[in-house]
Amino acid sequence: MTPENAVMTDVEMVTVVIDGFDVTVPKGTLVIRAAEKLGIQIPRFCDHPLLSPAGACRQCLVDIEINGRAFPKPQASCTIPVENGMIVKTQLTSEVADKAQKGIMELLLINHPLDCPVCDKGGECPLQNQAMSNGRSESRYEGVKRTFEKPVSISSQVLLDRERCVLCARCTRFSEEIAGDPFITLNERGALQQVGIYEKDPFLSYFSGNTVQICPVGALTGASYRFRSRPFDLVSTPSACEHCASGCSMRTDVRRGKTLRRLAGEDAEVNEEWNCDKGRWAFKYISSKERIAGPMVRGEDGELHEASWPQALARAAAGLKGKRAGVLVGGRSTVEDAYAYAKFARVALNTNDIDFRSRLHSDEEAVFLASRGVNFNVSYRDLDKADHVVLVDFEPEDESPIVFLRLYKQVRKRGLKVTTLSPVLSRGSEKLGAAIVEDIASISGLSEKSVIVVGERAAEVIGQFTSVVKLAQSTKAKVAWIPRRAGEVGAVVAGAIGNLLPGGRPVADPAARVDIASVWGVESLPAAHGKATWEILEAAGDGRLDAVVIGGVDPLDISSEALGQLLGASTFVLSLEISHSAITAIADVVLPVAAVSEKSGSFLNWEGRPRFFEKAIADSLTRSDLRILSMLADEMGTPINLPSSQAAAKELQSIGEWDGAKADAPSVSPATLTAPSGDQAILHSWRQLLDLGTLQNGEPNLAGTARAAHVLISANRAKSLGLSNGDLVKVSTARGSITAPAQIGKISDSAIWVPRNSIGSQCIANLGAASGLVVTVVKA
Amino acid sequence: MSKLSPVLSAHWDEADSFTLEGYKRHGGYNAVSKALAMTPDEVIALVKDSGLRGRGGAGFPTGMKWSFIPQGDNKAHYLVVNADESEPGTCKDMPLLMANPHVLIEGMIIASYAIRANYAFIYIRGEVVHVVRRVQQAIADAYAAGLLGKNIGGKGFDLELVLHIGAGAYICGEETALLDSLEGFRGQPRLRPPFPAIAGLYALPTVVNNVESIASVPAIIEHGNEWFQAMGTEKSKGFTLYSLSGHVKNPGQIEAPLGITLRELLELAGGVRSGHTLKFWTPGGSSTPLFTAEHLDVPLDYEGVAAAGSMLGTKALQIFDETTCVVRAVLRWTEFYKHESCGKCTPCREGTWWLVQIIRDLEAGKGTPADLDKLIDITNNIAGRSFCALADGAASPIISSIKYFRAEYEAHLTHGGCPFDPIASTIFATVGQP
Ligand SMILES: Cc1cc2nc3c(=O)[nH]c(=O)nc-3n(C[C@H](O)[C@H](O)[C@H](O)COP(=O)(O)O)c2cc1C
Ligand code: SF4
Ligand code: SF4
Ligand code: SF4
Ligand code: FES
Repeated sequence: MTPENAVMTDVEMVTVVIDGFDVTVPKGTLVIRAAEKLGIQIPRFCDHPLLSPAGACRQCLVDIEINGRAFPKPQASCTIPVENGMIVKTQLTSEVADKAQKGIMELLLINHPLDCPVCDKGGECPLQNQAMSNGRSESRYEGVKRTFEKPVSISSQVLLDRERCVLCARCTRFSEEIAGDPFITLNERGALQQVGIYEKDPFLSYFSGNTVQICPVGALTGASYRFRSRPFDLVSTPSACEHCASGCSMRTDVRRGKTLRRLAGEDAEVNEEWNCDKGRWAFKYISSKERIAGPMVRGEDGELHEASWPQALARAAAGLKGKRAGVLVGGRSTVEDAYAYAKFARVALNTNDIDFRSRLHSDEEAVFLASRGVNFNVSYRDLDKADHVVLVDFEPEDESPIVFLRLYKQVRKRGLKVTTLSPVLSRGSEKLGAAIVEDIASISGLSEKSVIVVGERAAEVIGQFTSVVKLAQSTKAKVAWIPRRAGEVGAVVAGAIGNLLPGGRPVADPAARVDIASVWGVESLPAAHGKATWEILEAAGDGRLDAVVIGGVDPLDISSEALGQLLGASTFVLSLEISHSAITAIADVVLPVAAVSEKSGSFLNWEGRPRFFEKAIADSLTRSDLRILSMLADEMGTPINLPSSQAAAKELQSIGEWDGAKADAPSVSPATLTAPSGDQAILHSWRQLLDLGTLQNGEPNLAGTARAAHVLISANRAKSLGLSNGDLVKVSTARGSITAPAQIGKISDSAIWVPRNSIGSQCIANLGAASGLVVTVVKA
Repeated sequence: MSKLSPVLSAHWDEADSFTLEGYKRHGGYNAVSKALAMTPDEVIALVKDSGLRGRGGAGFPTGMKWSFIPQGDNKAHYLVVNADESEPGTCKDMPLLMANPHVLIEGMIIASYAIRANYAFIYIRGEVVHVVRRVQQAIADAYAAGLLGKNIGGKGFDLELVLHIGAGAYICGEETALLDSLEGFRGQPRLRPPFPAIAGLYALPTVVNNVESIASVPAIIEHGNEWFQAMGTEKSKGFTLYSLSGHVKNPGQIEAPLGITLRELLELAGGVRSGHTLKFWTPGGSSTPLFTAEHLDVPLDYEGVAAAGSMLGTKALQIFDETTCVVRAVLRWTEFYKHESCGKCTPCREGTWWLVQIIRDLEAGKGTPADLDKLIDITNNIAGRSFCALADGAASPIISSIKYFRAEYEAHLTHGGCPFDPIASTIFATVGQP
């Protein structure tokens, strides 16, 4: 029995007759949905399978009779659950239902503007389609249509044409029920009813783009897409989001080689039908002015010059061959690219000095990742069923938005208990009704049905991974590791880290090395434990390494010294990049790589679930990292034989999961922090979803909804500093300072919080650190 | 005067009828002691057996509604009294609260006790400031007298009573919109199920009753079912307030047994405006299909009115004599429904907007007789298709007026406008006066 069948047998089934056909569905199924099972399409606007029924548009009226008793009037099929003995007649078999539907459609259209020729939705519009299938051919309306000023912006990225709105309340229900951001509501009454925002508060939700997608008309449009295209000119490709480890399924719409929009794809197991605004709207980076057009080589004059591929590859090979080199992959590679980097490091550079962690990291974290293996055995389903979810150094709304939506769904539905190990009660935690706990030892009430979600920032707290593993062992709770970036989980599995070979094989295990050496057709693999990112940079700085190969890395994500370390020594730097960056500025050779939409491949989301995507921009000539690494390895005479992402995927697949002993779990004792006194506080930060991340470049409408930088302080600290909300506060270290408005909120008295990488608040650049540091806080 | 059955209105003519003393002088609050001596279930059973039906419009049996509240569920229960009274022509709850607010409070104590509610609310429309003040004072006096609050009458029953002042929206009289409004949201009807008895105010079991329904309870407790059932008809028991307005000599409230006819009521009210004859009337407010002179002998109880093709509704009898243009009257009502449509559902929101335009044109003599059929067709696409009963109400005057007065509509078209003298129907008209 498949698990699905197992679920089905638990549920009571009900058989109803619709238009003369029997259909058996689980009890509680709505009539409109039961009809879908028979292929009978009842027209609808307000109905949405993931939103609570509204019954507002009345387009879905059908005739219903139960055990011989007919309802006196047609009923909204989107609000009525099936019952045994029910006989339903839709527009196909009931004249009354057909006339009722046509009547509603006529009424819906009397005030609808004739915008179709210019409307974004034209060509894919449920109103157009259903007006054709279930409407009268001619309107009897002779009056003047209601008009509104158009459009009004309800945020910098969402525009509203009120006269196009059919008042189905999908957008408002989504915002309230799914996102927990009830910032838009229906206002006024009668024919003047309209969607609106609160007087001074725009629609600042990380999920607002979903309302544009589910609006059944063109009332809500995305500022960046409005008037840009017609749906029938677009070529759509199923794709996966490259931004975070939630792993949204997406659709990329391209016209003549240019991505014009991206939509949330459907995947019931992962993102259902939603995504976040970053995934939807942050794609302009691929067409930025900074995009690198061709290979470049630094000349005698110290400047980068365009070069041919053979020239550039020869130069790169010369800089690497036989040298002591390290590899920094970056957290955004596809699984296939990460695998190519992993193989290239071992085969072409004969080293385990490779690390995908382009952020604050620790050895304890690497040990944790190795000890975990690659079969994670934890999924969104476990969150759905959990009795208690503990968040450790993890802010789902900012760091993995779909995880947030899934948790919020359960919080709303059944009051799922959420605890967050943090000194801060964030807006996201508040929505989840999370309890804040500052000491992991005081977390109780976990069972084998609980999930501990640990984020990448645990690496910033000494002993945190050790405590998490202990807590999980003592309670049998599952552990999920959810890093922020889309490529990190895949990079672990691909072996793009110093202590692991592909498939979770410990480098330290000779059998594991023999395994991989034989697949790769090499005699042996390097045995030394590889350096971590910070060690690679340090070694580059002091001359212990001759060369570094760098994928998509922002040095300021790692430390304020990183760039200096690369620049300082006469290290050879090879940069594989999409756009010009701090690294290309110092690189000796720059090789342009394909962006996600220009190649095919896959990511692994935090569950370890593959998220495959096809090349959306068919005629792109750019090459993926793995193709370039393969050419380079050939040039060096140490081939890695990965001509395509399919080949890489196949090879990694054939290697499979390690069945030998895993590394031991980390055992690091926590550091005891000295409580700060007076003006001092412990710095706390994380990256907000919308911030200065480079993949958000080129999209000002999206940036307009980013949460502004502020310094979060406790009421007691505010009192002792004589501060009120909005007063400027200065946070400083020996290195520098951040000055931003104060926001008094729920945070421990000893801590302060600032965004890690937002306008006016870039922790590593401004303060030299991002967390755990003692800072001085004064009124500015 | 045997036609009258003054119970609620028995002492309205006394100067202090609205005070606690005035109410107590005639046995006020005796029923509370009697009810608190019974078990809650006994009270429910008694009200159920009495045959009392809701006076808010739909006529749902009151005791049965109370019995739907789940018992022993360890949840708070609420009683909410609907004092939104906004149906055109309806003016019974406001005069009742003006003249005797204590009878409602007494009824609420009994009802709350029966349904095990320790919180009760009165949702009153905001425009009636004078009534609000009287009810406020009455509640304060009842608290001071120990009739509300903790341990009422020393019987261990607690009740807090809150008066909530609405902003004056017709839709907030619809019970689920009322609950949303009471919770602080914009008043729009809720999807049912769940019904208020299961998930009402703050998603807890709630009884919503009309003012008059609850105010009728003390007398039933006091005098018993035999007394109550001696009044009224077979399925419509008891006394009720009929409000007469319009072209009638003495407009106002007449309390009579259910089943009385308009002919009898007009006799009591001094007849139609002198020198004039009855043309059409509403039996239960503007949301109920119109009647004409041929319906003068229809028994005004739930069954009688329904059998004649309308509804008893709120027993708001608006009387129109032959000077009234039915098209104009219907247009006014339709404008009311358009203005009051909450906007939630398509047929009502868009439909009432359109209907006003069509009827306005017809009144102005624009159009052809075919437009009347179009009007009927569009109205039928609205009625019975909407989310709540407001739109059904909007359809009632249109369909019924065309049924009885089609020729009058057509006369507007042939006449190129309204053939009536609008002044003639006003109260200050001299035309036709003797
Ligand atoms: C549009 C609309 C307006 C209503 N207005 C009122 C009202 O003002 N007062 C009232 O008691 N009931 C009103 N009702 C009826 C209520 O929904 C509800 O049926 C009533 O309050 C129940 O009380 P009862 O059982 O005591 O009659 C209205 C219903 C609709 C559909
Ligand atoms: S804006 Fe779109 S989704 Fe929102 S109510 Fe209007 S039609 Fe529905
Ligand atoms: S939640 Fe993550 S995967 Fe989904 S769209 Fe947003 S950034 Fe992309
Ligand atoms: S019929 Fe629809 S629009 Fe009209 S008041 Fe009821 S819910 Fe609102
Ligand atoms: S789809 Fe059923 S009422 Fe809107």
